Order: sequence, then C-alpha cells, then structure tokens
Amino acid sequence: MAFKQSEAKGLLGWFDSRFPLIETWNAHLAQYQAPKNFNFWYFFGSLAMLVLVNQILTGIWLTMNFNPSAEGAFASVEYIMRDVEWGWLIRYLHSTGASAFFVVVYLHMFRGLMYGSFKQPRELLWIIGMVIFLLLMAEAFMGYLLPWGQMSFWGAQVIINLFSSIPVIGEDLGVWIRGDFVVSGATLNRFFALHVIALPLAIVGVVFLHIVALHHVGSNNPDGIEIKDKLDAHGKPLDGIPFHPYYSVKDIMGVVGFLIVFSIVLFFAPEGGGYFLEGPNFEQANGLKTPAHIAPVWYMTPFYSVLRAVPHKFMGVVAMGAAIAILFVLPWLDKNPVKSIRYRSWINKLLLGLFVVAFVILGYLGTQPADPTPTLIARICTLYYFGYFLLMPLHSRWGKMKPVPERVTH
Amino acid sequence: MSNDAVDTGRRRFLTAATGVVGAIGGAFVAYPFLASWKPSAKAQAAGAPVQADISKLQVGERLVVEWRGQPIWIVRRPDNVLKNLDGIGDKLKDPESAEEEQQPAYAKNAYRSIKPEYAILIGICTHLGCSPLYQKELNAVVEGVEGGFFCPCHGSRFDLAGRVFSGVPAQQNLRVPPHKFLSDTQLMIGVDQEAA
Repeated sequence: MAFKQSEAKGLLGWFDSRFPLIETWNAHLAQYQAPKNFNFWYFFGSLAMLVLVNQILTGIWLTMNFNPSAEGAFASVEYIMRDVEWGWLIRYLHSTGASAFFVVVYLHMFRGLMYGSFKQPRELLWIIGMVIFLLLMAEAFMGYLLPWGQMSFWGAQVIINLFSSIPVIGEDLGVWIRGDFVVSGATLNRFFALHVIALPLAIVGVVFLHIVALHHVGSNNPDGIEIKDKLDAHGKPLDGIPFHPYYSVKDIMGVVGFLIVFSIVLFFAPEGGGYFLEGPNFEQANGLKTPAHIAPVWYMTPFYSVLRAVPHKFMGVVAMGAAIAILFVLPWLDKNPVKSIRYRSWINKLLLGLFVVAFVILGYLGTQPADPTPTLIARICTLYYFGYFLLMPLHSRWGKMKPVPERVTH
Repeated sequence: MSNDAVDTGRRRFLTAATGVVGAIGGAFVAYPFLASWKPSAKAQAAGAPVQADISKLQVGERLVVEWRGQPIWIVRRPDNVLKNLDGIGDKLKDPESAEEEQQPAYAKNAYRSIKPEYAILIGICTHLGCSPLYQKELNAVVEGVEGGFFCPCHGSRFDLAGRVFSGVPAQQNLRVPPHKFLSDTQLMIGVDQEAA
C-alpha cells in the first residue's frame, strides 16, 4: 500500500503522515459542528472535565504523602495538612473538588433532563453518562474512607452493611467486600487501590466513550431540535458553528466563573460548613463508638433519604438502587416528541420543578436525624420521585405543547 | 485445500468451541483475583478469644471490650431492670428470641444471658452496623422501659437484654457472642460455655 503523505509540511506533516492528527483535531474541535444557541447550562460538561483533571492531579500528589493503613492513614492526612509544603492546598483542592464534581454533574444531568438531551438519538449517550455517575459515586465513597476518621469508618460500615442485607448471600458478600469481619485496615487498603487506580482508569475510559458518543450524534441544544436536519450547500448544519474557537473560548469564560466560586469555597469555607468535610471526621476512626449523628456527604443524601424512607431493611436498599436504576431507562419513559422544556406544556414544567424540589428536600433530609416528621416528608418526596418517573409515559404528554421552531432561536 | 469450499458449519463450531474454552479459562483466571478479597489468614486468626475482668463492674455500669474488632458490651443489670424486662414483651418484635442465630443455646432464656445479672452483647446494631448508645434511665429509650440501647444512625431501639422494639428499622435482636464464665469475676469472650 502506498504511503499517504500528509498535506501539511515540516514536523507537523511528518507526524500527520503517521498519526491522524489533523483529522482528529478537525473532527472533534475545529470542524465539530455545535449548535450556535448554547446557553450557560452547556458549561457543566466541560467543567466536569476540568474537575476530573483537578481530582487526578491533586490525587496523585496526595498519594505521595498518604499512608494507606489503619495505623497511619489519619495521621498522614494531618501530616499533609500541617507539615507538607502546600499540602493543605492540595488536600482542600481534592476534598472541595469532590463536592464541586457532584455540583457540576448534577447540574449537567439536570440540563439533560430539561432539554430532553437523553432522548433519541442520545439514549446511549445518556446511559454512558449514568455509568460515569455510578462510578463517580463509588469513587467518592471509597475516597471518603481514606482519611480514616469517625465518619469515614461508620459511613463505610453502614454502606457495606447495605450489601449485607441482601438475602442469603448478604453476610458473605459483606465480609468479601471488607476483607474482614468488620471495616478494618484490609478494607482501607483495597479501597485505596480502587480509589487511586481502578476507578479513575474506568472513569477516564468511560468519559472518553461519552465524548465519542456525543460527537457521533451531535450536541442537543436548548431548543431541542436537530441542527443536522437543516444543512447548507456544503452539507454543514445551518445552525452549527465550529466548536473551536467559538465554544472553546466560551467554555474558558465558564471556567473563569467556576474558578471564582470554587476559590471562594476553597479558601474561605473548605469544609463547606460541615457538608464537604464532616465534623466527626476530624476524630480518628473508633470501631467501638459511633458518632451521635452520622450522615453521608451531601451528594449521597438524596438516595440515602430514599433508603431511610422505606421501613424495611432490604426493601430500603432495593428502593435506593431503584432510584438510581430508573434514571438509566429514562429515555424510554418520556413519550413526548417535544424535547426541550421550552416548548412543553406548563404541566411538564410544573412537574419537573416539583421533582427538583423533592430531590433537594430529600438531599437535605438525608443530612438530618430520622425523626418522625422528617421521615414522613421523606416518604412523600420518595413517592413523588418514583411517581415522576414511573408515570412519565402518561404525564410527559399532558397539556398543550407550544410549536417547536424550525431553526434554533438565539 | 484452498480450492475446497469453506465448511462454514465446521468453522462456526470451532469458533464457538474456542470461545467456550476461552471463557472457562477466563473464569479460572478470575477466581484467584476474586478470592483474594476474602479475609486473609491473619484476619481470620484475629478472632482469638478475649478475657474480661468484671470484678470492678458496678451495678448499672457497662464495660466495653473489643473482640474481632467489634465492641462487646458487658452490662451489669440491676434488679429493677430485670423485673422490668419481664413485663415489656408486648413492645418487642421478638421477645422470645426465637431466631436461632441470635444467641448461643445457653443464652436462650428470658434475660438472654448465662447469669441474669450480666448481659453480654455484641454492640453492633442489626440494622446497618452502627454501635447503639447505652441509656440507663427509665423512659430514656422507650416509654415505660428501664434503660436500653438507642442507635443514633437510623433510630433502632433495644431493651437491656438486646431485644429489638417493634417499629424500628432493625429487624433482629442484638447478638450474644459465644462466651463463658471462667470464674465469678473472669469472663471469656469468643469461646462457648460447655454444656452443663
């Protein structure tokens, strides 16, 4: 086969003849056609990538001084905070970054919900995104054990015991996950391995798939119409603009805005008022004494509330799993041909708004003790959460839709 | 041979057979990795019995010792508590401790203990594994009940025999570990009492 010489000259030409450099650059950046009507909701995908880079970079630096053992973990985190040069900054970047990750991911998911970005032809894109969300929750959960504080220990104890509630195999499964009969140094060591190697590798891989799938089907937009339906004489979408430089520059604006907010939290409230780093975690793990009040970190609490709302051990676990699993089938629950909330009925808008309210209330209640009144409210919100999705085949068609425009509006 | 027609049936069979053999091989390779997660020999050996000296334990007080990394509670129950335990069966989910695994046979009685005065319990909530708090006062855990244990995580409640109250997340009584009295003041946790 003849050697195909690149059109580029010099060093670039030499590389481009041997690697699809210009082709890849064009396909994914310089000639990737994105709808021209993106609003600020479209920042959160690129911001999630930024936070991922932050987590990987600071994570690598933290492992340089962290000691993954039951004897040394807690002290080594204090050592990083007090004695390692700039250790406090790297550690706070990582711990605040974890919460920032979930902030941008939840907003990114809500964007998809709002503009129907999960609907055909982006069902698989949505599912790949849900896999990232699951991996991210596992990553965050395992990372939270590593400082070996009281909340680390008892949080892990409770979550691993969720698996123990599975009938028949549960007890053995719990022991298998812990590598011991209780949460111990063996658990800490394996969580460390998964947190720093296995899960980050998987997350980076699935993020790559997420982008490949996105660039294959093309981005949705706030109007929820396909820009590929209206092409110019050259076969380019009339409402498309190249990602680079238009959106690369716009995303940098998003990064600036994000970093301002992130820095304020990082430097003035790195513990997030006890929501990012919880008070009891400043005390070393003690297997003989549970803190008076234990709660997961804020980003797990909506699902934790669902768990607690069900007055049965195993069924609670099932409900929590179902609350996440139901998001995977969302593309097949929504039967409305109109994608974007902009052109949907007021009933659709109201129900989505109430869903957000229910989700936020569940999140708040998950941080609070399970007293009777809060439990009742959590049950109502849990019913709404499931009702919203399970009845979606019906209510997604309710009300009068507005006419969807032919071309994007901006 | 190159002139012969391709025997697609044979080719498909060989491909499938190779796939099956490969999958079996994959399962054999996966096993050591999965089995490696089981408790190590060291973790299994750490279940050695521990001895507790209860000579200084005052009436109403609780001693916590560690066995297999778990808190073991030894509570010296006053007479009024024992009397109270007799009369609260209707508030409990499983007052007779009917489920076999919850305690050794020698502790399967009204007070779930060898000696009524001493309760020996694994201090891990049977719901999701937190360690409940010890309460001494009347009504502190449930109205009309002398003392008990309250789990701060999800609100499970137990009486001072470790029996779970109805209507809480935990479904089972607290477990009683294998134990035996070496003498009036020495207790061994982790080994069974010989049949009397």
